[in-house]
Amino acid sequence: MTSAQAGMTAKFARFYRRSEGARGFALTSPTMLVMLAALAAPMVLLALYSFWSQNGYALDTRFSLAQYQVGLGRAGYRALFLRSLEISSLVTVITVLLAYPMAYFVAFRVEKSKFVWLILLTIPFWTSYLLRVFAWKVILGYNGVINSGLMSLGLIHQPLAFLLYNPTSVVVTLAHAWAPFAILPIYVSLEKIDRSLLEAAADLGDGTLRRFFRITLPLSLPGVIAAAVVIFVPTTGDYVTPSLVGGSDGMMIANVIEVQFDKVGNWPLGAALAMASMAAVGVVTLLFVSALRAAAGKIR
Amino acid sequence: MLAYAILYLAFLYLPVLFLPLFSFNDSVFIAFPLSGFTTQWYEQMLSDDAMLHALGNSLEVGMATALLSTVLGLLTAKALTQFRVPGGAALLAFTSLPLFIPDIVLGISLLILLNIANLPLSLLSVIAGHTLICVPFAITVLLSRLEGFDKSLEEASRDLGEDAWMSFWRVTFPLALPGIVSSLLLTFIVSFDEFLIAYFLAGTEATLPIYIWSQLRFPYKLPAVLALGAAILVASTLLVVFAEWLRSRGLENRKQFMVGA
Repeated sequence: MTSAQAGMTAKFARFYRRSEGARGFALTSPTMLVMLAALAAPMVLLALYSFWSQNGYALDTRFSLAQYQVGLGRAGYRALFLRSLEISSLVTVITVLLAYPMAYFVAFRVEKSKFVWLILLTIPFWTSYLLRVFAWKVILGYNGVINSGLMSLGLIHQPLAFLLYNPTSVVVTLAHAWAPFAILPIYVSLEKIDRSLLEAAADLGDGTLRRFFRITLPLSLPGVIAAAVVIFVPTTGDYVTPSLVGGSDGMMIANVIEVQFDKVGNWPLGAALAMASMAAVGVVTLLFVSALRAAAGKIR
Repeated sequence: MLAYAILYLAFLYLPVLFLPLFSFNDSVFIAFPLSGFTTQWYEQMLSDDAMLHALGNSLEVGMATALLSTVLGLLTAKALTQFRVPGGAALLAFTSLPLFIPDIVLGISLLILLNIANLPLSLLSVIAGHTLICVPFAITVLLSRLEGFDKSLEEASRDLGEDAWMSFWRVTFPLALPGIVSSLLLTFIVSFDEFLIAYFLAGTEATLPIYIWSQLRFPYKLPAVLALGAAILVASTLLVVFAEWLRSRGLENRKQFMVGA
């Protein structure tokens, strides 16, 4: 090593020891490399694929919008996009509305055993997702728990066929499966609220309801938004639930994406459908979050 | 309010509790009325070699994923809490992206990458996919554990002559241990339960969820699947209660080491 090189090395070593940023980056670099390799690179390739086309067994890598024309142009795919967004919006609203009072109860009414309540609320979430969804098939099925139960009680004589294999059964199942994801963020944001603000509002003459809408709800909004996003995004792309309890009327976009990567084997079309659904989810999420923020602004 | 809370708990638990109920029912049909007590479905489940093989695979993938994602999570959590990293918030947002991308999209994009790189599908690719979705969980758990630690503890150790590695090993590591354990448990459970990404990336191997998925098509195999579900329910409940207990104990201990405590 020449003395100039040695000087450079020493300089670099000094810079490294002094710079917190450099040491931080060095420490986190393995994680970032993994995330670049397993997240960023595949996403770029997915985007590339969506602009290619499948020619029999060969891949045509010339740039083309053909996949998007098929994916967004065909009425069948459009209907699936819309249905997926509708189902997951409904699931999000129902799950958050049902979870809010529950989270409120634990945050404000439970004194000593909050920890026990939180564990109780999260345990069902840790059982196999597949089997939780499957449980609903068992419950709602033609020869399922509800039908056989009602029949053995003599309340009905024919099984009810409308319980399973429709969008409603998908909504019910998803609202059940994602409940903990709504409770936890809402609970955390409620728990953070400074109790003296509530007392101040009461002292200044606000009634319970007015106080809730003017103080508690706006301050818990970050939790509500987090819950809504964390539920809306994955449920739009859910595959297991529509497959098990959706039937042909309850199919969602993930079902046709999976088919493109499985049997038919048109990967570019599948990639375009995936890109389009991510874009749709992104747009709806942004609209939803800004609408919620605007609504919260009006309350005050 | 309490009435609502109890109704809500019933809504959460009732569907799940049908699994153990019918796993002891002496009938292939999952329907009322119940026809008697049996443990034959558990015997059938335990003698199923394909199930045991899939279980072994899932344990392997789960442990490798837990270890990898916890190490990666610890590095990032340590970097962000110990140093003022420019753009730290952006780094954190980048690592939590997998939470905001549907699993099916993560699965197919990894499949495309492996295909283009000409890498075979195996349990290793499943471990890669699971590590990707588990890193955000590990970072969240470990950040909340490491945040607010008194930096001077590690500085003191350096002043007393320990090198950086020994300071980490003898000061930070023991303090972070409860967080590390709960991160290991959490990421293990997430991996153990994950179906869709594994479904795309496992190739000819099967993890437990893939095995369960393949069984759901055969009505006569359902009771044994319910028995398996009941067993998973009990095991993961024990694991979660243990992890939470550990975490809450850790939080109490931690107070002594907080700044200004």
